[in-house]
Amino acid sequence: MADTKVGQMSEDVVKAPSMMTGAVPTKDWMDVPAVFKPGNYCYPGKEEMAAYHNKNLPGLFGESRTWLVESDDWLLPENWKEIIIQGIKERLDKFRSFKIFMDCCVRCGACADKCHFFLGTGDPKNMPVLRAELLRSVYRNEFTKAGKILGRLAGAREMTFGVLKEWFMYFYQCTECRRCSVFCPYGIDTAEITMMAREILHLVGVNTNWILEPAANSNRTGNHLGLQPHTFKENAEFLLDDIEEVTGLRLNSLTFNRKGAEILFVIPSADVFADPGIFTFMGYLLLFDHIGLDYTISTYSSEGGNFGLFTNNELMKKLNGKMYAEAKRLGVKWILGGECGHMWRVLHQYMDTMNGPADFLEVPKSPITGTVFENAASTKMVHISEFTADLIKHNKLKLDPSRNNHRKVTFHDSCNPARGMGMLDEPREVIKAVCNNFYEMPENTIREQTFCCGSGTGLNTGEIMDLRMKGGLPRANAVKHVRDKFGVNTLSCVCAIDRATLLALMQYWNPDVEVCGVSELVGNALIMEGEKERETGLRFEPLEGSEG
Amino acid sequence: MRILKSLGIVLVLMLVAYLGAAVPGGPALFGVVFPWLAFLIFVGGFISKVVGWAKSPVPFRIPTTCGQANSLPWIKQNKLDCPSTTMGVIGRMLLEIFAFRSLFRNTRAEIHDGPKLVYGSSKYLWLFGLMFHYSFLVIVVRHMRLFTDPVPFFVQALEFGDGFLQVGAPVLYQSDLIFLGAVTFLFARRVVLPAIRYISLPADYFPLFLIFAIGATGVLMRYFLRVDVVSIKQLTHGLATFQPVLSGNISGIFFVHIFLVSILMAYFPFSKLMHLGGVFLSPTRNLANNSRMVRHINPWNDPSIKPHSYASYEDDFREFMVEAGLPVDKELPPKPAAEDAPAES
Amino acid sequence: MYDNNKIIPGLIVFVGLITFPIWYGFGSAGHLPIPEKSTKSKECVESVEYMRTSHMVLLNTWRDGIVRMGETRHGETADGTPYVRSLQKGCMNCHTSKKKFCDECHTYASVKPYCWDCHLQPKETN
Repeated sequence: MADTKVGQMSEDVVKAPSMMTGAVPTKDWMDVPAVFKPGNYCYPGKEEMAAYHNKNLPGLFGESRTWLVESDDWLLPENWKEIIIQGIKERLDKFRSFKIFMDCCVRCGACADKCHFFLGTGDPKNMPVLRAELLRSVYRNEFTKAGKILGRLAGAREMTFGVLKEWFMYFYQCTECRRCSVFCPYGIDTAEITMMAREILHLVGVNTNWILEPAANSNRTGNHLGLQPHTFKENAEFLLDDIEEVTGLRLNSLTFNRKGAEILFVIPSADVFADPGIFTFMGYLLLFDHIGLDYTISTYSSEGGNFGLFTNNELMKKLNGKMYAEAKRLGVKWILGGECGHMWRVLHQYMDTMNGPADFLEVPKSPITGTVFENAASTKMVHISEFTADLIKHNKLKLDPSRNNHRKVTFHDSCNPARGMGMLDEPREVIKAVCNNFYEMPENTIREQTFCCGSGTGLNTGEIMDLRMKGGLPRANAVKHVRDKFGVNTLSCVCAIDRATLLALMQYWNPDVEVCGVSELVGNALIMEGEKERETGLRFEPLEGSEG
Repeated sequence: MRILKSLGIVLVLMLVAYLGAAVPGGPALFGVVFPWLAFLIFVGGFISKVVGWAKSPVPFRIPTTCGQANSLPWIKQNKLDCPSTTMGVIGRMLLEIFAFRSLFRNTRAEIHDGPKLVYGSSKYLWLFGLMFHYSFLVIVVRHMRLFTDPVPFFVQALEFGDGFLQVGAPVLYQSDLIFLGAVTFLFARRVVLPAIRYISLPADYFPLFLIFAIGATGVLMRYFLRVDVVSIKQLTHGLATFQPVLSGNISGIFFVHIFLVSILMAYFPFSKLMHLGGVFLSPTRNLANNSRMVRHINPWNDPSIKPHSYASYEDDFREFMVEAGLPVDKELPPKPAAEDAPAES
Repeated sequence: MYDNNKIIPGLIVFVGLITFPIWYGFGSAGHLPIPEKSTKSKECVESVEYMRTSHMVLLNTWRDGIVRMGETRHGETADGTPYVRSLQKGCMNCHTSKKKFCDECHTYASVKPYCWDCHLQPKETN
């Protein structure tokens, strides 16, 4: 739970002086230093974590050491400035996006009040435009004539330790949600700038442990939680017991690492481990059993979520590479992906480019409906919501939506499926088929304008709870709106980070709203052959009519 | 301070031109040499900036999807905000460039007691931005009457349309009013809105002052001080045909006007004004959202980055896997005689 | 360079557009307007400089004064020579040809005064 009580924070966000409440700092932003204090920064990476990544990808994670964020000596390499300037240069040469986004901003301010972190904190440096200026000012100083000649008059400034601190603070208060880029007249995407900044910070060993450690786990054990193969299997099978208790059926269709299966199913690993992801996982299993799908889950490639995305493109590629490697080893025809946000950003926009071509796989075709997923013809990966929506459209599922009558559902578009993929209607089609009570949040807060949960890109760590609750305020506020108006009690989503972070967010701002994956709702509604009459949902909550 | 500095620079530039044009040789310098030089810098600088951008590849296909993607055949795609084909991308870009599509989405957020966040529609920036850019374009095209002989029909038609109210003599152009009004608005919002004032740099105020001064001197010349347009055209048309004629009938304000334009052209490629070129090249807008359909090639993709292999994974956990009944590629040795050091990569 | 197939044509179009006046008038100096001088009198109603920049203002003042405020058509130059404040009976008394006098500069500078919306265009002899 957050350090600040909800009542206090409710006051603070409205009354405490901030740019959102009408207070304007008297000092130029370049003269306002970043000050770290407990609660406003993520813990730095442990020495062995940086060392582990450095061994696998030499040179990208700086010198491993133990360092303290609040200290004035971050034990940086002697030539850290050079490394950073060189790092910027290399990335300017590799990413046209970076160059364009450095050059084209006119500071029109359209992005300013689009960022959930700005709306929640009122900190001017959380306006996407200023966040980018933190880096842009150094870019101008080093790489533009105007900046070199005119200096501060041209908005340029030298790279200093103070600037580095600002970067660490504010590029870890951006969740790469891309909402600002929807509104930018030039499509400037702060996610892209944050990615560059984080890559560059890693070069001098400035990092956070909540990203490095899960990334290391993902590399070694296959999933970010570090579950070893037998534990992973046990956890999953434990959920079969729960399914049996709810439905009276013992599913025997779940297999692991099985060669020759038709489909490899990749999930965010939290779905076998943490509430409420486990209920989503139960939903998947019921669905696959219901339609008799020939699938397998891999313990080696047991993490869909990609913590590499939060560090650098090299580690992202390395972690992502497991999926195709495993699909090839098992000889499956195509890959199905579970409900996960950042995972799908990587799968949709990076995977094929980085680790393709997947010429050993076939164009995905639903074995049940015969639908060929042309939109995944090259990557050969299909989203579970696309797959389920197709099943429903072809009437292949026996559904009793009234089993979700105890839920008044709204849907949170996760940033990445919404703005990095365009998957907006598929999950809605599914929800509408399995629930009778579905209510949309206000239009400025859903679909491509959706608000982040406030804790994406490796920020869902306990030490910055206050910050997360502020960053998640716009989302929570929209949920509150439909809760008050329609009595919504369930916030559904297709993202594992959401399932973890929205849970905390709801407990804080809207304690009576539960969080679930869309597939959990599917699992509740599925009429399984030979099942007993269900008295509870997958999380053992009583169904409507069976309370008491 | 940022505002005054920028204003000061523009005023000094105006003074320099006014006084400079009055000394012998001044008219040639401000009327011929500087404009030619500025045009060269503009064209050369613009090209080199764009070529500089083009030298970096677009390694990943990263469109910002602002609507429903191409998916199952029965799900309606938003073909303009989330295009999956080249035609769709062209449509999206046309909307972006000619109608400022993204800016049209603009909203304004406020926080009220509760806390309660509300988002209102806010189209002023879009409207005035559009007015500014279109009137600027009209004015530039209209000025072609001073650089061409005979004056092409479309310039004549545009002038006619722009002055169709037939107010005053010389006829008042609506674009002049819209232009000055829009620049004033763009400046005013920078000063009045606290957040925008906070993010504004001298590099934001300077072009506004410069452009306003260009517009104002133009308006003064046409409607108030009045200049000998025939002599001016002899010079300006001469600039385009490389035979400029400087007659003595050109007043000082003209040199102020043309000098400011020269400054604008020379400043352009090194400033944020390059958004004119950049908007065409923005990878979040100009790519089709077909990343899963067509493989996008990254020229610097590093094939040596391989995943931690399954073999070493199994080596790490074989015993547990066998015990848990998970299939393995390599069976356990009959008796674990020696412990293998787990390999990692 | 990447994406040459799109960026280079784009740049060519851009440069083509902004250099339009150069290639449009290439090799031709254009003609210089030479408005026909009056043979009748040596002096106009105002100085040459004023007439060059502001004759349209003068005409407007006449029109507004005479048509809307009932002023007299009688005018006198600085040295007392009387003239008729009228486009057709005054100006064109000396500058007899619209084509050779008015149009010469107006065409050059692409100015289309709306005098002739109301006034009858004088018939030109050639």
